[in-house]
Amino acid sequence: MSTIVLLTMTGLGLGALYFLIASGLSLIFGLMDVLNFAHGALLSIGAYGTWWAASGNLPGAGSGGAGFVLAVLFGTAVGTLAAVVLELAVVRPLYTRPREQVLATVGVGLAVPALLSGIWGPDALTFPGPRALSGTFGLLGAQVPVNRLVLIAAAVLVLLALRLFLGRTRHGLVVRAGVEDRAMVTALGIDVRRAFTLVFAIGGAAAALGGALGGLYFGSVDPRQGTSLLIFAFVVVVTGGMGSVTGAAVASVVIGLVQQFANYYTAAGLGDLAVVVLLAALLLVRPSGLTGRLA
Amino acid sequence: MSTATETQRHTGPAPAAAPSGAPGAAARLLRWWPAAALALLIVAPYSALPLPGLLDGPVGSPGSLQLLATCLLFGALATGYDLLLGRTGLLSFGHALYFAAGSYATNMFLLEAGLPFALSAVLGLCFGIALAVVLGSVSLRVTGIGFSMVTLAFAQAGSLLVARDPGGITGGEEGRAAPADLLPSALVGIEHTANLYWVSLAYLVLTLGVVHWAVRSPTGRVWEGIKENERRVEVLGLRPYGFKLTAFVLAGALAALGGLVHLLLTGGSTPQTTTSDFTLSLLVMVVLGGSGTRWGPMAGGILYTWADHRLGDLAGSGAVADLPAVLRVPLSQPLFLLGVVFVAVVHLLPGGLARLPSRLSSRPAPPRGTTKENRRP
Repeated sequence: MSTIVLLTMTGLGLGALYFLIASGLSLIFGLMDVLNFAHGALLSIGAYGTWWAASGNLPGAGSGGAGFVLAVLFGTAVGTLAAVVLELAVVRPLYTRPREQVLATVGVGLAVPALLSGIWGPDALTFPGPRALSGTFGLLGAQVPVNRLVLIAAAVLVLLALRLFLGRTRHGLVVRAGVEDRAMVTALGIDVRRAFTLVFAIGGAAAALGGALGGLYFGSVDPRQGTSLLIFAFVVVVTGGMGSVTGAAVASVVIGLVQQFANYYTAAGLGDLAVVVLLAALLLVRPSGLTGRLA
Repeated sequence: MSTATETQRHTGPAPAAAPSGAPGAAARLLRWWPAAALALLIVAPYSALPLPGLLDGPVGSPGSLQLLATCLLFGALATGYDLLLGRTGLLSFGHALYFAAGSYATNMFLLEAGLPFALSAVLGLCFGIALAVVLGSVSLRVTGIGFSMVTLAFAQAGSLLVARDPGGITGGEEGRAAPADLLPSALVGIEHTANLYWVSLAYLVLTLGVVHWAVRSPTGRVWEGIKENERRVEVLGLRPYGFKLTAFVLAGALAALGGLVHLLLTGGSTPQTTTSDFTLSLLVMVVLGGSGTRWGPMAGGILYTWADHRLGDLAGSGAVADLPAVLRVPLSQPLFLLGVVFVAVVHLLPGGLARLPSRLSSRPAPPRGTTKENRRP
């Protein structure tokens, strides 16, 4: 029983991480038809930004208490800024060429991890998390690491915030309408490009937060982390149905749980394969993903 | 090879052909350039010509031939990959899988079953093709970017499988060297680099021939239609699925064959060839050279591979180590430079290197306004 509880909590924590990347990816894709290959790089930027601040380079920030919150905020802000710059400088100039937008983000996705590894070295760096989050707590007989709870809480908060934003605000309405039919929104005289930048900023913030919390989860940051998580985020986006935030949330939970349970009950490492097999099986039954949205 | 005759056919109604005199003769000579280039490439191992800056030693030295052979191999691989991207409009992120399958499967048949090389090669190729049939038929159920993501997921699964080293057959991180005693003796050892170079050249010529032939076939016309507008092809009463699968399997077969050549050239299978970075580098080659053009992907592949090697040397050189940190850090990362160059090519050079001559010659009035307006929306 305690094993199942621990596996469930770990799977949910991993799923939370996937959701933080996949939600932005899914919105950007739904709105702009752009598969953002630089999204993993945004996560890495957030992770390194938080690591940099928490290591005592930012006045007031540190590895404990309010200092750590400040470090996470700093990392998230840097990631958001990077996302806005990415949209304005790289993606927007190719507005009418979606295929080339994807290719340009591929280039950024190659360059940023290389640059990070050039500055801070290719090896994993220890992540200075607060002591309060490095312990465990008892749940139904299992000793669950506290940071899993933080990840799950952050993902739930982001999900709620996104649903409120998309469902209750005017900007959210434009984004939702743009995901449904970009041509119609443009025809109504609304500048979709502003929504693009907004969605990039939101996606970048979520991914960078994911990077900061990923540092807690893995206990370290390294330049390749973002890219390897990105691939599972892709699987989540396809499984959940493109452009659907709720679909991404459901799929993140499923993928995270399947991965953890398969890793534990079969040979280690088969969890990653199980996820891909699950994806293949789903596509054979429902080519449009869980929520039935087609690419 | 058929390159010369094809060129002739292709440039038949060339407006540049003057009725008589020197320009006409020059144009006629010009259209034979692929044959001339091929002849030059065939005799290259006999040359002792030094190309300072371009190559470390003379052309005929084993080191230079190895680099040239790698360039030709990747030129061919990019040409095969463009069958999907540039000809059919399928953005696959999993091409590395079929390349690695050709290399690893052949190596496995040699190492584990101890089969003779020819049989192992055929079986390895068949394995790559079978894999392309199975995974292609699943991933083509999704269209557009979804297809890209699914192919990426499959390739990632393959990469993880190779890295986990199941039963010790893939060698994990280290990869596995091919057994030298089972390979044809003419293809092993540094003194036979010229033979390996010719194998690479033959693979390039074969790939160019197959791609040109396939693109000109009736199936190739349908691919073009699918790339332009898949719905219209459907309305014409054709099922795009079968045609897309044909392109996918053909490209997968060419990649598996390339994996085989790579196995010979490097004397083993390395896990780097299974990663998504490897597919992305193919993508960079194709876009750099010019997607959907005859020579573009090949040129991009050759240029990228050469630059990759030389950038690696540059990164490790003393000149870079002496630079201030602001310049040294980015310059010491070849992937950073390649990424930046790639973004620049996508922005500034639509159509890649292959479109560059026509863009330069028509600079006063850019054709169809596809470039200028779109850059500043």
